[in-house]
Amino acid sequence: MPQFEKLTMAQALNRALRDAMADDPSVVMFGEDVGPLGGVFRITDGLTAELGEDRCFDTPLAESGIVGMAVGMAMNGMRPVVEMQFDAFAYPAFEQIVSHVAKMRNRTRGRVTLPMVIRVPYAGGIGGVEHHCDSSESYYAHTPGLHVVAPSTAADAYTLLRAAIASPDPVVFLEPKKLYWSKEEVELDADRPGIGTAAVRREGTDATLIAYGPSVPVALEAAEVAAQEGRSLQVVDLRSIVPFDDATVCDAVRSTGRAVVVAEATGFASVSSEIVARVTERCFHSLAAPIRRVVGFDIPFPPPKLEHFQLPGVDRVLDAVDDLQWEDS
Amino acid sequence: MTRDPDHLLPSDRPVTLMDHRGVAVEGAAHAMPAPEALLTAFAALVTGRRINDQAYALVRQGRLAVYPSSHGQEACQVAAAQVLADGDWLFPTYRDTVAAVARGVDPVEVLVLLKGDWHSGYDPSEHHVAPQATPLATQLLHAVGVAHAARLRGEPTVVMAMCGDGATSEGDFHEALNFAAVFRAPVVFFVQNNEYAISVPLARQSVAPSLAHKGIGYGVPGERVDGNDTAALLAVLGTAVDRARAGEGPQLVEAHTYRMQAHTNADDATRYRQDDEVAAWVERDPVTRLEAYLCEHDLLDDERLAAFAADAEEVAAAMRVGLSEDVTPDPADLFAHVYAVPTPQLVEQAALVADEVAREGGH
Ligand SMILES: Cc1ncc(C[n+]2csc(CCOP(=O)(O)OP(=O)(O)O)c2C)c(N)n1
Ligand SMILES: [Mg+2]
Repeated sequence: MPQFEKLTMAQALNRALRDAMADDPSVVMFGEDVGPLGGVFRITDGLTAELGEDRCFDTPLAESGIVGMAVGMAMNGMRPVVEMQFDAFAYPAFEQIVSHVAKMRNRTRGRVTLPMVIRVPYAGGIGGVEHHCDSSESYYAHTPGLHVVAPSTAADAYTLLRAAIASPDPVVFLEPKKLYWSKEEVELDADRPGIGTAAVRREGTDATLIAYGPSVPVALEAAEVAAQEGRSLQVVDLRSIVPFDDATVCDAVRSTGRAVVVAEATGFASVSSEIVARVTERCFHSLAAPIRRVVGFDIPFPPPKLEHFQLPGVDRVLDAVDDLQWEDS
Repeated sequence: MTRDPDHLLPSDRPVTLMDHRGVAVEGAAHAMPAPEALLTAFAALVTGRRINDQAYALVRQGRLAVYPSSHGQEACQVAAAQVLADGDWLFPTYRDTVAAVARGVDPVEVLVLLKGDWHSGYDPSEHHVAPQATPLATQLLHAVGVAHAARLRGEPTVVMAMCGDGATSEGDFHEALNFAAVFRAPVVFFVQNNEYAISVPLARQSVAPSLAHKGIGYGVPGERVDGNDTAALLAVLGTAVDRARAGEGPQLVEAHTYRMQAHTNADDATRYRQDDEVAAWVERDPVTRLEAYLCEHDLLDDERLAAFAADAEEVAAAMRVGLSEDVTPDPADLFAHVYAVPTPQLVEQAALVADEVAREGGH
C-alpha cells in the first residue's frame, strides 16, 4: 500500500536522509551547521539527536576540507553525504570536486569509486544577497564523472536523494531553495525511476517546455496560462541533468515539434545550451521552429531588489512560445 | 635556518587594560591609551551600538533583508578603524558594518548590500574600505595583495584584515598568513573570536591553544586581546599597525569577544546555546566598561554622555530616513558593470529588459 503524506521538499529531503541512514550504517552526513542546528535550511533537523554525533556532525568551517574528507571516507567504505551551505560557498571545494571526486574512478580504472553525495541548496528566488543565489549546475554538469540532479517536487526530492545515496558514483544534488517550503502530497518511495530519467509533468500537443529544478513550476504555470489562451503546452522536467535522458526529452519534442528551454542559470555555455544542442542534433527534422531559451541573463546574480529581472517568469516563457513560428500567426 | 619561536607566541592570557567594571589593570602589558583616544573611541562605541540596534529594528520593519549584528563586538569594530591612518586599508566582513562606519563610510551606503539595492553601496577607494566580504576568509588574500602592492609602490600603507573565528578554518586564512609572512606584507590579521560560527562553537572549530597560536606555523607573531576592552584593543592593534608600518611584517591578533545576538535575525540561537551563557557576557559589555572607566577618571560627565547619545541618535535617524526611501534600482545597471565594454550579447539582453520595462510602464 503506497502511503501518502503532506510534506515540504525540505521535510522530504530530511526523511530521505533519515531513512537512508537507518537502512545503512555506512551513510554519514556532515558539513557546516548540520548538527544541533539541523542545517540553515533544517534539512538535517533532528538527525544528530536521533542517530548520534558519529552519524551527523558539524565540521570545522572549510568546504574543501568537507569534500576532501568525504573522498577519503568514501575510499574507506562509507557513504558520505555532505552539505555545502549555499551554492556559492561550494566554490572553495571546487578543486576537490573537479580533480578528485569526479576523476577517482577514471584514474584508478574503476578500482576506487566514490559513492558520495554533495548536497547544494541552490539558485535564487528567495531574495538572498550576493553569493546565496547562484545556479552553479553548469560547472558540475561540464565535469565528466559527476552525476548532477535537481528535483522540482518533494516526491522526487525523496526518491532522487535515496537514489543518489545508493549510487556507486558521486552525485551533486542540487536543491532549489525556493521550493524547499512548498508542500505537496508525497509518496515516499525510494524505488521509483530516479537518476537518469526525465518526467513528463504535463501533457500537451503544441509545444514542449523543458525545465528542471526551480524552473519547473514556472513552466507548469506558463502551460496553465497558455491553456486558457488555447495553446496546449507539454512540460518535461529533466530531474537528472547528468545522466541526460535524451529519449524522453526527444520523444517529447518530436511529438510537438516546438520547444522552449526554461532555466534560471545564465544562458551562455550552460546546461540550457546543451539541451538545445542535443535536441537540435537529434530532432532537427521534427522541428517547426528553432528552439528558444528563457534563461538567466549573462550577468552576476542580481541583488534582491533586481532579482525578478533575472528569473525566468511566465510572461517571458509565453513570449518565447509565441515566437515559435506558428502557421496561424 | 630556524628562528626562535618564542617571540611568535601570544601571551598566556588575553591582554587586558581594564577589567569589566572599568578598573585599570595593574602591571598591564601596554600603557593606557591617551584620554582623547579613549573618548574618540567611546563616541564611536555609542554610535556603533546605536547603529546595530537600529539596523536590527529596520530588519523587523522589512527595511533590510537581513542583518548580522556586531552587538557586543563594538569595541573590536571601533578599534580596528581607529588605529588606522588615512591611507591605510580596512577589509571588513559582512559583520563589520560598524567598523566601516567608524572608518568614515556612511551607514546608509554600507547597508545598501543588506537592503538589497546593490552588492556594495560605497566607493571602496573613498575611505579605503574594501567591499564587505561574505565568502569567508577570501578577502584576507586581497588584503595581503593590497599591502604587498603598497610596499612595491613605496607607500606606507598598512592593511587591517578582519575575519571571524570560523573563517580561520578556511584554507584562504592559512594561505594569507603564509603569503603575508613570506612577503613581509604590512597586514594586521584581526580575528574577532565571538565563540560561534553560526551554530558551531569554537571547540568544534579548532583545538589549538588559541587562534592567535595559528600564526606560529607561518612565522607570524600572534597576540590575544580582550575583545570587549576598547583600551586594550587600541593598544594591541595600534602596536601591530606601527610594527607593520615599520617594516616588521604581519601580525595576527585574536580578540576574545562574544556574539550577543543570533548569527543574523534569520537564525534561531536557542537551538544551540543557553541563555545563561549569553547572560554571562552582558556584564562584560564593552560600552558600559569604557563608560565606567571614563566616568571614574572624570573624562566623562552626564552632559558629555548626553551629547554622545544625541550624536548617535542623529546617525540612527539618518539611517531610518536613508533606508526608508524606496529607490527602485535601475535594471540597466545589471548589464552596465559586468565588463568595461559590454559584450554584444549583454547589449542585446539589456535592450530586452529595457523593452520589457517600457511595455510594463505602458500598462
Ligand atoms: C566560504 C563560505 N562558506 C560558508 C559561508 C556561510 N557562512 C556565513 S557566516 C558563517 C559563519 C562564520 O563564522 P565566523 O567566521 O566565526 O564569523 P561570525 O559570523 O561569527 O562573525 C558561515 C558558515 C560563507 N559565507 N562562506
Ligand atoms: Mg564567529
